[in-house]
Amino acid sequence: METLGLLSFSPPGWGATLLAGLWNSLLIAVGAFGLGLILGTLGAWGKLHGGPITRDLLSMYTTIVRAVPELILILILYFGVTDLVNQILIAFGHERVQISGVAAGITVLGIVQGAYATEVLRGALLAVPQGQVEAAKAMGMPPLLMARRIIFPCMLGLAMPGLANLWLIATKDTALLAVVGFSELTFATRQAASTTKAFFTFFMAAGAIYLIVTLLSGWAFARIERWARRGEPRNAGG
Amino acid sequence: MNNKVGAGLGVTVPLTDKSATEAIRVEGLRKSFGPHEVLKGVDLTAHEGDVIAVIGGSGSGKSTMLRCINFLETPSAGRIVIAGEEVRQRPDGGGPADRRQIERIRRSLGMVFQSFNLWTHKTVLDNLIEVPVHVLGVSRAEATDRARSLLARVGLAEKADSYPAFLSGGQQQRAAIARALCIEPRAMLFDEPTSALDPELVGEVLAVIRGLAAEGRTMILVTHEMKFAREVASHVIFLANGQVEEQGPPDQVFGAPQSPRLQQFLRSVG
Repeated sequence: METLGLLSFSPPGWGATLLAGLWNSLLIAVGAFGLGLILGTLGAWGKLHGGPITRDLLSMYTTIVRAVPELILILILYFGVTDLVNQILIAFGHERVQISGVAAGITVLGIVQGAYATEVLRGALLAVPQGQVEAAKAMGMPPLLMARRIIFPCMLGLAMPGLANLWLIATKDTALLAVVGFSELTFATRQAASTTKAFFTFFMAAGAIYLIVTLLSGWAFARIERWARRGEPRNAGG
Repeated sequence: MNNKVGAGLGVTVPLTDKSATEAIRVEGLRKSFGPHEVLKGVDLTAHEGDVIAVIGGSGSGKSTMLRCINFLETPSAGRIVIAGEEVRQRPDGGGPADRRQIERIRRSLGMVFQSFNLWTHKTVLDNLIEVPVHVLGVSRAEATDRARSLLARVGLAEKADSYPAFLSGGQQQRAAIARALCIEPRAMLFDEPTSALDPELVGEVLAVIRGLAAEGRTMILVTHEMKFAREVASHVIFLANGQVEEQGPPDQVFGAPQSPRLQQFLRSVG
């Protein structure tokens, strides 16, 4: 009874706080995943078709981001970059700005996601059968149309397992933003737990929420993958 | 259709009378892959209505020659002229100089591949209307009508809504031919269209190609099917070691081969 009371949505219960935290977590995960996809698409394209300088720069990006622990990157990007932006602003005679937690979180995690997405999408692009591209070329399709209508849909099916993983990493990496005091699910949980001293209850509740998010995501990604691979016989009638 | 005067061995003279419009001309085509020279100066002219069969052993460069015509491979040297318009090439040999020109020229050449290359994520019908709708700006209704009548022609009317992977090889290749026809090309390029097929499926594809030849379509056909080449071609070119070893009307090439290489080749495939 005690437990249900603690988790109820109306005060003194903390349910609403946890849900607000979850909302922030999902907002950042979606934003970071989206930004990661954009960066990853550009990165993969650049790695495969860019000049030597582009390739070197991208290689530095993916190597550094994948080598340094995410927590450190978050601290560097969150405090370091915020500070840098403000110093520049002040140098040019502007006011110091407060960067919103959501925007900073999306940017930081998006940059991390972008590095992994670059590799996932590069692999998928390489796996697109050459004949699919040649058929489009031979019919005089312009490159951008070909990328959008032929290469991208082909690649999607191949990239889905990797992208599903990235999404799950994105949802859990949002917890790292707790260290910078951003009120996402983990931070909200810690607040609730330390205020009420019901540590077990709240951390179990948070764990369950992350699990539910993962299960729902798995279901959604499986559906998307089946759709993306609709032309393949082994997925027939699925 | 039209009777041709046989060209001499390895000599580039027009294959038909000068009055016929020239559709495809290849001049001095060379292609190297690294140190290996696959094509060593090939000339070929196809006039409107010609059916040119290109034969030769594996590694003779016949597929490479075909792929150079629409620049799926970049020639190392030589000129490609389609309907009187030369493909402009970059001076460094890096490919076509003008993307829009080569795209327009490619749209006048319907290519059929050995491995069909239908887009796997699109239904047969969507494969057919893709380029008409999204590149040529034909309305979806009109493109669909045309695609359905082409599918009916190649005997695939019921397969319009199937995905390619659910079709047999022969059906996929017939769909691929219909897709190539959808852009209303001036000429067709066939790159060993039956080589990937089980023997019992070859006939249905050849029947479609035979029908196209009979209606006077210009085509260049790289093939291993000697009997078929003899039957449908108006002119046969035998490539060996990246050069035109012998050419002429089918009866002459197959009936009275002159060069020892061609004689040996015909014995080995016959």
